[in-house]
Amino acid sequence: MNIFIFGLVNSVILALMASGFALVYGVSRLANFAHGALYILAGFATWLFLNRLGINYIGSIFLSIIIVSIIGGAIYRFLLIRVKGMPASEIIASLAIGIAIMELFRWRGFISEAYMLPPFVAGSVSIAGVVIDWQRLIIIGVGLAMMLSLWLFTHHTKVGLSLRAIAQDKHASMMSGIEPDRTAVIALAMGSALAGVAAVVILPLGNITVETGYMVLIDAIAVCIIGGLGSWAGVLAGAFLLGFSRILTAAFIGPHWQMVVVLLFIILTLILKPSGLLGRQKELEERV
Amino acid sequence: MNKNVILQVKGVNKSFGGVKAIHHVSFDLLKGEILGIIGPNGSGKTTLVNLITGFVKADSGLVFAEGKKLSGLPPYKIAGLGIVRTFQIPRPYHSLSAMKNLVVPLYSSRIMRTIGGKLGDRDTVALDILEEIGFERDAHVPYKHASTFPEGYLKRLELARCLALRPHVIIMDELFSGLSVSEITAMIPIVEKLQMNGMTIIMVEHRVRELFQIAHRVMVMNFGEKIAEDVPDAIIKSELVKQAYLGVT
Amino acid sequence: MDEKIRRRERLDRGIKVRTEGIYAISSWRGIAYTSLPTAAFVLGLLIIPLAVTSMTWQKIIIIACVFAFLALSFDFLAHFVGIVCLGGAFFTGVGGYISGVLNSAFGAPLVITIPIATIGGAVICTLFLLPCLPMRGIYFAIVSLMYPLLFARVIQALDIFGGTDGLPGLATFPNTWVELYLILPMILILTFGLRRLVNEDFGIVLRAIKDNDQAVRASNINITWYKMKAVFLGSAIGCFAGAYLAHLYGWVGISLFALDFSIFPIAATVVGGVGTLVGPVIGAIILTMFSEMLREFGPLRVVFYSLILAGLVILNTGGLVPYLQRKYYQFEHWIEI
Repeated sequence: MNIFIFGLVNSVILALMASGFALVYGVSRLANFAHGALYILAGFATWLFLNRLGINYIGSIFLSIIIVSIIGGAIYRFLLIRVKGMPASEIIASLAIGIAIMELFRWRGFISEAYMLPPFVAGSVSIAGVVIDWQRLIIIGVGLAMMLSLWLFTHHTKVGLSLRAIAQDKHASMMSGIEPDRTAVIALAMGSALAGVAAVVILPLGNITVETGYMVLIDAIAVCIIGGLGSWAGVLAGAFLLGFSRILTAAFIGPHWQMVVVLLFIILTLILKPSGLLGRQKELEERV
Repeated sequence: MNKNVILQVKGVNKSFGGVKAIHHVSFDLLKGEILGIIGPNGSGKTTLVNLITGFVKADSGLVFAEGKKLSGLPPYKIAGLGIVRTFQIPRPYHSLSAMKNLVVPLYSSRIMRTIGGKLGDRDTVALDILEEIGFERDAHVPYKHASTFPEGYLKRLELARCLALRPHVIIMDELFSGLSVSEITAMIPIVEKLQMNGMTIIMVEHRVRELFQIAHRVMVMNFGEKIAEDVPDAIIKSELVKQAYLGVT
Repeated sequence: MDEKIRRRERLDRGIKVRTEGIYAISSWRGIAYTSLPTAAFVLGLLIIPLAVTSMTWQKIIIIACVFAFLALSFDFLAHFVGIVCLGGAFFTGVGGYISGVLNSAFGAPLVITIPIATIGGAVICTLFLLPCLPMRGIYFAIVSLMYPLLFARVIQALDIFGGTDGLPGLATFPNTWVELYLILPMILILTFGLRRLVNEDFGIVLRAIKDNDQAVRASNINITWYKMKAVFLGSAIGCFAGAYLAHLYGWVGISLFALDFSIFPIAATVVGGVGTLVGPVIGAIILTMFSEMLREFGPLRVVFYSLILAGLVILNTGGLVPYLQRKYYQFEHWIEI
């Protein structure tokens, strides 16, 4: 039971982390390597607002999510847009920006353990004989809420529908009057916001460190590869598969082997089903 | 099995998502003939070419070449058996000169197997092939970068790429598209000469008039199905074909 | 309206035209002009270490050479085969650890560990990268970026091969001169060797794969096999660099998997000149010197070169070597239309 609940939490955490990356890739085919950087940017921003500027917790959270989305959108609008269409340059540019941001934090000294965000509700509760802290339950709640609101957004609002349209067929959408550049900016802003939401909900579980940024990037990418780049259901599938396998590994083999499991899964996916569990390998794209 | 049949397509089907691109198509290709494939846009002609040459996997059905099963083989192996294709939109190697473009097929295992050490310098062989196909050697045309060539030359380069592999069967996917009438008139003798030297050719075409000048038999496709297969004269008179192109009367 | 529009026109210099092809040897001046760039490069690399006497600067040159190896590997793979490899650190890590373990656990001398690490490391790296080869380039980029990070964590977590502390006390080179004059000629051989390779038939096939892999498939060539050979070569270069580093410092640790080894070569390539193979070497030297001069700033240096990298990539500049080539071979002036 322990395993089930913590596995669930872990999976939701992974899904939250990966959703921002998946959104950006799904809509604009851009692998946003600055994803991890934006994640900890949200974390540090919240910490700054809370502890240096004295803004209340909720306000800090809102502010930092907004700021992170603006920065994310700006990164596309002013920087990445110039390398649009050249995959090698896109990857290098977003990676370089991400590293610049993360290493900037490292230089400013954000590496010690002093940087923590307080949990929303302190303490823990016992469910079915398992002691679990409130923050983790909140994470599950937020995760479900995010999934639901994303689903509603992309199926019932005009902007959301245009995101899906571009994801499915760029040229057809362009002919319907949807601007790919504007949509990409929106996608990146939303992806960054998702990263921000993930950050403020998950970071209270531990410290904010630069290493976290890199780990989030790895985890998000692992989930997307295993689940399938470009598919929402894939993100969930990958997150749950990875989340539960990590918990099971930690419980039965040893916590240190978790990383090996991640590595193994990625390699297995690439060999057996490269498009991921639920990915839609775009056969048509590669054709003549 | 008829000894003259060099390629057999049996009941192939292919769907992309919900769209049935190829519906139970079968035909035989006879050795040494020019078979034309025509049909309105979207009838599945290029998909058929992709299926035969391995770029797309069929959902069901089989393709045989001289008794050997082609279905399921990757494109490079099918090319290795001597069945090559041109691309509808030419695909040259932009950063290389026309001559170097041909070095690539000359480096293939098919050439290494059949010709072996007697190939000599690949550059020279490439220049010879290009000269045969109409690249004027004197004007240094073969040395120019492939990105500078106009459409007519690019189409010839596509053909040269195929010829470099010393194939038995060439499938030409809309060789004439994008060319002017005079350019086509210049290409037709090249195609005819190939056939007279024993090559078997499939020509997928939109330019029906020019195609009918050289094709021995013609197959017509519509909405993924084969609706007719006969000599050109009969096809021209066929009501079914007229309906396919012009709509139901 | 009498608007005079000016545009910049570039023409080949007279001496360049006069020394085209065989005419290069028609005069002493011609010979000097055509051979100066190559000579400057070769002699510069071989002689400068002799001219520089301070130990620190010699170390710096050695480090620059190590990064030059990685930069060559990146440029070769990215611009001649179309494979963007973000995992230089993967190669250095694997190569370094293989030679480190061989030396530490089996006592093998460095003349044996380095070759074994180079070839063996290349085999291992290629095997791990093999699943990504048939797929779109982005998978390779992502996976190659992740492998060093993952491997470092695995080594740390399982506490194998020395764990977080690493393996100290490895054999080192007898003296600095050996260090220098082992690596410098290798850089030259590698640079000119790769330049030759990409113009040989094999290299032409690789470049064709970058331009248009469907057409290469249609020409009876197994793309995955050729990409694999290219990755083998690229990773061998990187693994050599890693093995060399292990014996330079006499120590291996998870820092050999640091992101630095992945990013720096890319920055060096972009600064020096993309696709030129000489550019990355020069870029590596420049950036290392830069890095030394900014030593006090510590981790801020990484920020600097990531920003420089981002800036250069976004602005799509050609790099230093193409710029110098333009200046050397052509002149510009404004003309009016």
